Amino acid sequence: MLSLFKKPRFRGGVHAEEHKTATAALPIASNFPLPKKLYIPLQQHVGKPAEPVIKVGEKVLKGQLLAYSQGLISAPVHAPSSGIIVDVNDYPAPHPSALPIRTIVLETDGKDEWLETQVIDDPFQLNPEEISFRVGAAGIVGLGGATFPTAVKLNMGRENRVDTLIINGSECEPYLCCDDRLMQERAEQIIDGVRLMLHGMETENAVVAIEDNKPLAFVAMRAAAEPYAQVNVIQIPTRYPMGWDRQLIRYVTGKEVPVGCRSSEIGVTIHNVGTAYAVHKAIRYGQPLLSRIVTVAGGAVKRPMNVEVPFGTLISELFSFCEVSSDETARIIMGGPMMGDSLPHVALPTVKATSGILALTQSELKNTDEQPCIRCASCVSVCPAGLRPLDMANNIRINQLDAAVDLGLKDCISCGCCSYICPSNIPLVQYFKYASGEVMARQQAQHKSEQTKRLIDARNDRMERIARQQREEELARLAAKAERERLKAEQEALV
Amino acid sequence: MMLHMKPSSGAHVGANSSVSRIMGQVMLAISPATAFGLLCFGWPALNLFIITVLSAVVFEVLCLRLKGRVAKPVIMDGSAVLTGWLLAMTLPPWAPWWIGVVGSGLAIILGKHVYGGLGQNLFNPAMLARVALLISFPIEMTTWANVSPLFFSQSPGFIESWHITFSGLDTIDASTGATTLGFIKTEFSQNRLLSDILKDTSGFLNFIGGTRGSLGETSTLLLGLGGLWLIRQNIIQWQIPVSLLLTVALLAGVFHVMDSEHYISPMLHLNSGAMMCVAFFIATDYVTSPNTPTGQLLFGAGCGLLIFVIRTWGAYPEGAGFAVLLMNSATPLIDHYIRPRIYGRDRKGKPLEIPKS
Amino acid sequence: MYVLSAIVSLTLLGLFLGLLLGIAARYLKVESSPVVDELEALLPGSQCGQCGFPGCRPAAEALAEGNASATMCPPGGSALAEQIAALLGLDLDLSDVKEPELLVARVSEATCTGCTRCFKVCPTDAIVGAPKQIHAVVADACIACKKCVEVCPTECLQMHPIEVTLRNWRWAKPLNVSVQPMGTGSNAVC
Repeated sequence: MLSLFKKPRFRGGVHAEEHKTATAALPIASNFPLPKKLYIPLQQHVGKPAEPVIKVGEKVLKGQLLAYSQGLISAPVHAPSSGIIVDVNDYPAPHPSALPIRTIVLETDGKDEWLETQVIDDPFQLNPEEISFRVGAAGIVGLGGATFPTAVKLNMGRENRVDTLIINGSECEPYLCCDDRLMQERAEQIIDGVRLMLHGMETENAVVAIEDNKPLAFVAMRAAAEPYAQVNVIQIPTRYPMGWDRQLIRYVTGKEVPVGCRSSEIGVTIHNVGTAYAVHKAIRYGQPLLSRIVTVAGGAVKRPMNVEVPFGTLISELFSFCEVSSDETARIIMGGPMMGDSLPHVALPTVKATSGILALTQSELKNTDEQPCIRCASCVSVCPAGLRPLDMANNIRINQLDAAVDLGLKDCISCGCCSYICPSNIPLVQYFKYASGEVMARQQAQHKSEQTKRLIDARNDRMERIARQQREEELARLAAKAERERLKAEQEALV
Repeated sequence: MMLHMKPSSGAHVGANSSVSRIMGQVMLAISPATAFGLLCFGWPALNLFIITVLSAVVFEVLCLRLKGRVAKPVIMDGSAVLTGWLLAMTLPPWAPWWIGVVGSGLAIILGKHVYGGLGQNLFNPAMLARVALLISFPIEMTTWANVSPLFFSQSPGFIESWHITFSGLDTIDASTGATTLGFIKTEFSQNRLLSDILKDTSGFLNFIGGTRGSLGETSTLLLGLGGLWLIRQNIIQWQIPVSLLLTVALLAGVFHVMDSEHYISPMLHLNSGAMMCVAFFIATDYVTSPNTPTGQLLFGAGCGLLIFVIRTWGAYPEGAGFAVLLMNSATPLIDHYIRPRIYGRDRKGKPLEIPKS
Repeated sequence: MYVLSAIVSLTLLGLFLGLLLGIAARYLKVESSPVVDELEALLPGSQCGQCGFPGCRPAAEALAEGNASATMCPPGGSALAEQIAALLGLDLDLSDVKEPELLVARVSEATCTGCTRCFKVCPTDAIVGAPKQIHAVVADACIACKKCVEVCPTECLQMHPIEVTLRNWRWAKPLNVSVQPMGTGSNAVC
């Protein structure tokens, strides 16, 4: 085992002020009142949106399938509570733009009545394929924020015969502590989920990595993992972005995932602790993924806490439960303060990716007066991906996007370390997000112009063909006419 | 609650740092050495210091006005003050007022604003100005005042200092002399040997700073301490100072061991001239030094090599300014070729190969 | 003597280098590049006329002669402008170029008579339909040439801006306030 730790590598990163104490000591609140209406977006995951199977007006039970996954990479959506479907339409998405997304609106009846679920006594008797099938059917996606369908990852792990399953309990973002609380309170269930995942991937070893700023979670998890030799719980140093999957893989195994490869290709798969817990519930009790623990924190929150909320709960309801002062709120952030995006308003639903909702006051926010870059190179030294953010941003500022791509724009993980450290308050990550979008748009534009050219050529060919045919027909017609006239003349001559 | 804000991306929180804070910390780090220099060289030095810093600010305001920018917030970032301050530290302490003004003008206008302002310049403004002054006004720039501390009876008083600053020195020979390095250089040309030359030189005085030299460059001790504090504060990285000083020390050591009568010892090298000031405060200038650790090591080593070469074989007794400027011009090249390795890629930027197990 | 040798040697050097250049010009001559053809190949070829030239070929000729800006083709957008600039070796400053608002034609179903005039003129076959049936525009194929709008007898074809959705939403470029000159900044810094 020690050989694993010969090359502990961590490059760059920052140590941001944690702000976790307010919430990490409080138990997960379970008394959140069931909302009257749930707004359940059909796409809460990476991949194709789910396709609804219910009709407006239909009565559904808790856990009932609302929309099935379509395509290889997709995830189904289930009813988080019992009630009546009142609408399937476009509603604002929990996204910085709050543009519409196809959403199922469920009016809850307050009974929270479960669909009959299948409890399995010994899930280790199931086929590994059956495990990943059930995980997929339960709509489980990566709950660390990437929302990649878990079943697909389990299958890839099995097919690539990975030797190590890493469970990411680092939770390196400031403010967030939903995973911390989950590990403290539900360690045994998480470890059970880890063992089920191991079974589903036919893998021998699991390493649960927890940052050393969560000693209680570490103790709880180690105690829960004690009986199982194949699950090893370790502590890792606290440094953002330790929870970046590739960073954690390098730290734990010493291996680096090549660009363009999935981690399973080098024999490692990584899942979040929340995902492991969801797998436990799905396999043991047949319960699909219906809710998650959300950290509500920030300077404007009077009662910061971790709450278990059903998907589709509007952030406004969560905020009134946690007594968020709207006057003090300068910015609402979905996710952590490093990688999360701002939200324009609070009439947006919580989804599978919502690990936290922050209401930050002006004094907590980073100053936004941008000053000239002084080339201090702090961004270079903190970049965990080994990029030179300052040169990339300078190129993007003058629209030299190709130069930025050459410098490694596509290897940027938007972790926010550079923006965090920049003394000139340059919004580096936003430059990179803008440039990535622009590069994508240009590729699409180029694709479209090629497509256009093909269409035009096809049309020109067709027009030419039609013209030729017409000409030939015309000639044939003229020939026929001449023939007729000749015959006529001959007849006349005969007469 | 409807807020309707422009979408903004992470990071939403920030480290407690800003340009003005960085500049402030650097000023704090050089203030002991500056204070000591002012104490050693008295009122004329204080006049020169104030004139240089003030004119740097005035030139900055003028340039910003010409560009049509609001000057106040830019002045508040402290970069112009720091440029003037660093320039003043490298000037002969009793230089006339116009040396300070011309120097500041060169530093701010030619060194900084013609390139586009803060962060755009290729050369270190203070060094650019100092070298330009040295070449243009060699007499004024090599007239080194004797140590004449404030409030000593032999030292010029407050009134007399105005006379020195604004209408020049009457008794040049009585109150000036050569710096240690300059003295060694002239004596070498007389074919004297090092043991003979240095019999009156005190290494301790050099270390403390009680010798002739530039206004704020004499005290190895205080400059070194300031620099170490900056490294500890994470304002500068260790790479440039360490590789610069190490290169000079190694080269000097090798040559000194081979011929101790013609090559001065590493200790004296590190202890004299602008060495400490350059290593910790000039070469480490963010804008004009490479931005990767390896690049910085290379940059420091290059500076050290050039300093040693110019001091040993060049026409000038001190080569730090030239060395830094030459290496500044190599910075874009170093940054182009020395890049950090991107995660998941090799040094050339190709994706790593999947290890076979 | 020194002067003479200097003059002679420099003259000889000049002659030699001149000769070298002359030979190089003859042997390394680049065939006059068919730049007009290359430009025409880059352009969409829809002959839509939005650039003000009668078609893509005349536009390519104008570009090659330097009579048109690299940013002249609205359907091509900034991506095409960059390609043209790269081909012609121009410095392109896209920061001044306003990205044209992207439009797409849409049929108003209430007034379409199914006259088929529009899909006969559409250069990319982006309009589908049959006589006496309501036509529809395939948005992905529409290049916003507006030819259909001109021929539509009932004005049921209109250009609409392309709708921003979650799929095509992009982060905006950060505004660099500090580098903006006085007066143009949205808020004076002072």
